[in-house]
Amino acid sequence: MDQRRKILDLLLSNARESTTDIARQTGLDEATVEETITELEDDGVVRGYQAVVDWQQLADDDEHVQAEVELNVELDRETGYEDIARRIVKFPQVSSLRLFSGDYDFAILVEGESMHDVSQFISEQIAPIPEVTQTVTHFVMETYKDRGIVFGDRDDDDRLSISP
Amino acid sequence: MRIADRVERVPPSGIRRFFELAEEKEEVISLGVGEPDFSAPWAARTAAIDSLERGRTSYTANRGMRELRTEIADHVRRYDLDYDPDEEILVTTGASEALDVAMRAFVDPGDRVAVPQPSYISYVPGVVFAGGEPLAVPTRVENDFALTYEDLTNAGAEDAEQLILCYPNNPTGATMSRSELAEVAEFAVDHDLMVLSDEIYAALTYEGEHASIATLPGMRERTVVFNGFSKAYAMTGLRLGYAMGPPEAIRAMNRIHQYSMLSAPTTAQYAALEALRSCDQEVVEMRDQYDRRRRFVLSRFDEMGLDCFEARGAFYAFPRCGGDDERFAEELLRQEDVAVVPGSVFGTGGEGHLRVSYATGLDELRTAMDRIERFVDAR
Repeated sequence: MDQRRKILDLLLSNARESTTDIARQTGLDEATVEETITELEDDGVVRGYQAVVDWQQLADDDEHVQAEVELNVELDRETGYEDIARRIVKFPQVSSLRLFSGDYDFAILVEGESMHDVSQFISEQIAPIPEVTQTVTHFVMETYKDRGIVFGDRDDDDRLSISP
Repeated sequence: MRIADRVERVPPSGIRRFFELAEEKEEVISLGVGEPDFSAPWAARTAAIDSLERGRTSYTANRGMRELRTEIADHVRRYDLDYDPDEEILVTTGASEALDVAMRAFVDPGDRVAVPQPSYISYVPGVVFAGGEPLAVPTRVENDFALTYEDLTNAGAEDAEQLILCYPNNPTGATMSRSELAEVAEFAVDHDLMVLSDEIYAALTYEGEHASIATLPGMRERTVVFNGFSKAYAMTGLRLGYAMGPPEAIRAMNRIHQYSMLSAPTTAQYAALEALRSCDQEVVEMRDQYDRRRRFVLSRFDEMGLDCFEARGAFYAFPRCGGDDERFAEELLRQEDVAVVPGSVFGTGGEGHLRVSYATGLDELRTAMDRIERFVDAR
């Protein structure tokens, strides 16, 4: 495995891993680790670092609503997927936008503080886009796993503390 | 009540005291565990569940399910081992049962059994329970804890009937290359020793490839190889292992196995079958994670000035603690809530060392190493 991939693997499992600890685990020197991370960022391979949040663990008054919205669009000679995507990604409520093969064209993940917020955003901002022919909204009822991290998985280590 | 002499001869396990000490404390970070912190691959677990749902709860053939033996025979070809699933493989309740049965099958009262040390804590008692006389063969850190012809000669192993090997090694993490094993093979042939080769950590070899002594000239006919699913597949609690050797050896072992265990747990055999068929990738991922932790731990010991042998297999580091290892481990536990196992419990050559398992998540490992560093600095 090349060193970029080794470092990426570690950042994927913990983006807060220090360069010192990455160096310790990979056997690379710290300077190389730092340079490689900078390169990965400069090349646009690493696009950012975010926490994976289990919103359910926050207090009840911090409501957080997510919805997966499927979009069907109609293209014409002047408008391609890219054009539509460029327009949609600008909304701060849209946290991810992907083009799919299959029954629908785009899937967007919309986040808001209430179901009303999210519904209003879709009906007032997304549905009226001229190329959008259909939206199907699926509100997220529960998240069990996100970006490889299992939520609610707080099993204690039940191994014996000393074993042969 | 009268207890048999051979049982009385074996003292309670040296790790028992540390286990009890660790259990007294509430917030211990344990680096004393000899088992993976991962769970068995999900596909293996679902196979176990499925077997139960289908009501497959009866005995299997004494030797283990034929399908499983065939899969094992295919699997071990990666180590250049070639065994007939019908005659040369026995599925057991963990590699531990395989070793116990082997000692009872091959060791006559008074037989000397050479046990390189430091070594896994069950070998010496296993020899004693079988009526044999354990012969300690110290290995040296200067030789990377590899066993040499000279070590065997110095210990008087030419009079032994059997030799137990364990590479990659618990507790040192040492491995032995093919050329190093060739010396041991030469000794075994020269002095007509049978070899019991515990290769349970074979899949957890980080540098180089695992070599089995049974693949060396003249060794297949005098070697029984042991392996299992506990370490590589994180299936410790399912208790499934296997032994491979010449037909007469496996027949002899099966004669005992069929009267004691009858057959290995059926549910675990289904899990193992699936593990071999579809869980290679999970093994690689677990090994990669152990490897990162290994480098991390070795690097931290180096930075804190604890001389640490560079483990190349299993999931243990074996640093020198500079002095009384039992006292070091006990004080570390009392003062910093970090449990490690003193090297001396693993026999001659383990004194002055600690066995530090890195089968623990990196966050905990990081905290534990910070605490060990603080403890070392304060001494």
